[in-house]
Amino acid sequence: MPSEIDIVPAVTTRREEAQGFFEGLVSKSLGWARKNSLWQYPFVTACCGMEYMSVASARYDIARFGAEVPRFSPRQADLLLVVGTINCKQGPVLKRIYEQMAEPKWVIAFGVCASSGGFYDNYATVQGIDRLVPVDVYIPGCPPRPEQVLDGLILLQKKVQAQQHKLIDRVPALAAGK
Amino acid sequence: MSQAAAEALLAKFPDDVSRAPQGPGGDDLVFVKKERIAEVCRFLKEDPALRFNMAPYVTAVDYLGQEPRFEVVYNLYSSSLNHRLRLRVKVPESDLTVPTVCGVWRGADWFERYCYDMYGITFPGHPDHRRLFMYDEFVGHPLRKDYPLRGRQPLTSERDVPELLRGPGPESRD
Ligand code: SF4
Repeated sequence: MPSEIDIVPAVTTRREEAQGFFEGLVSKSLGWARKNSLWQYPFVTACCGMEYMSVASARYDIARFGAEVPRFSPRQADLLLVVGTINCKQGPVLKRIYEQMAEPKWVIAFGVCASSGGFYDNYATVQGIDRLVPVDVYIPGCPPRPEQVLDGLILLQKKVQAQQHKLIDRVPALAAGK
Repeated sequence: MSQAAAEALLAKFPDDVSRAPQGPGGDDLVFVKKERIAEVCRFLKEDPALRFNMAPYVTAVDYLGQEPRFEVVYNLYSSSLNHRLRLRVKVPESDLTVPTVCGVWRGADWFERYCYDMYGITFPGHPDHRRLFMYDEFVGHPLRKDYPLRGRQPLTSERDVPELLRGPGPESRD
């Protein structure tokens, strides 16, 4: 027979309970909004770009997942799509672009070249862009089929939904007492 | 057709040009002494019977272990007479300079920069003598046979990638 100690719930005040509830609500709804409006910055460098075009245009229609808006300024984008081979000369450029993107931001490595360097195991190619920027989803294939890309996108959407989102990411200067 | 071009060249520069074995595809090949390459090219371009007005491709070869080690290859084409000729210039490792032909064909500019970038052959007199593909910080010349295949020289510091993501992979993988 369980003793009384075991069934005593964790003590939370009503205020904390309410706060947790609303934060969860906000996080879920923000996550829902963000995952369905992933504005992408296509960093297209090589042949995978063809497959990217096919994903983005009418037949495979990435718009069904709310990611149909390519932004050609990284400052307006949420999702960095690295499509194609990245060589050492481009490394600083890619890093710079990633740093210019506003939080929250996600990165997809599109194709084996971006994921691991692919078959370019040579003097010029970065062996996977995760050596330069953190990557959320890797899509294998040379080039990946559009279905595979959409699968990767759905995977990222799941990841975004599961993350913790806040209305204000930074503590405002006033509230921090500065 | 280009047989005639080779003959004319041999008659005009008997000391500087010699016959080379015919290459695959039937193009005619001649060896040219590297000090005289600019004069030979100017003659080929300006002679009314030859009129080689294009150098569609200039490249280099590294015959590691042979002497002379390098070779610069000029593929020439005449668009008005529709004939081709290929010049081979041997370059010893001790003296990696070849006179530029940019003054003859403006289009040779990037090809000579390419040869400098990939093989380290310099072209005195070139108007813009820089690397073509690799960045200026790069040390060495990657298409030389003794340059390591995976000799990467990253420009930015690279992040540590945990084995969990990368997998064991082949032993030689960096
Ligand atoms: S993964 Fe294949 S298709 Fe994509 S950029 Fe690399 S080589 Fe090209």
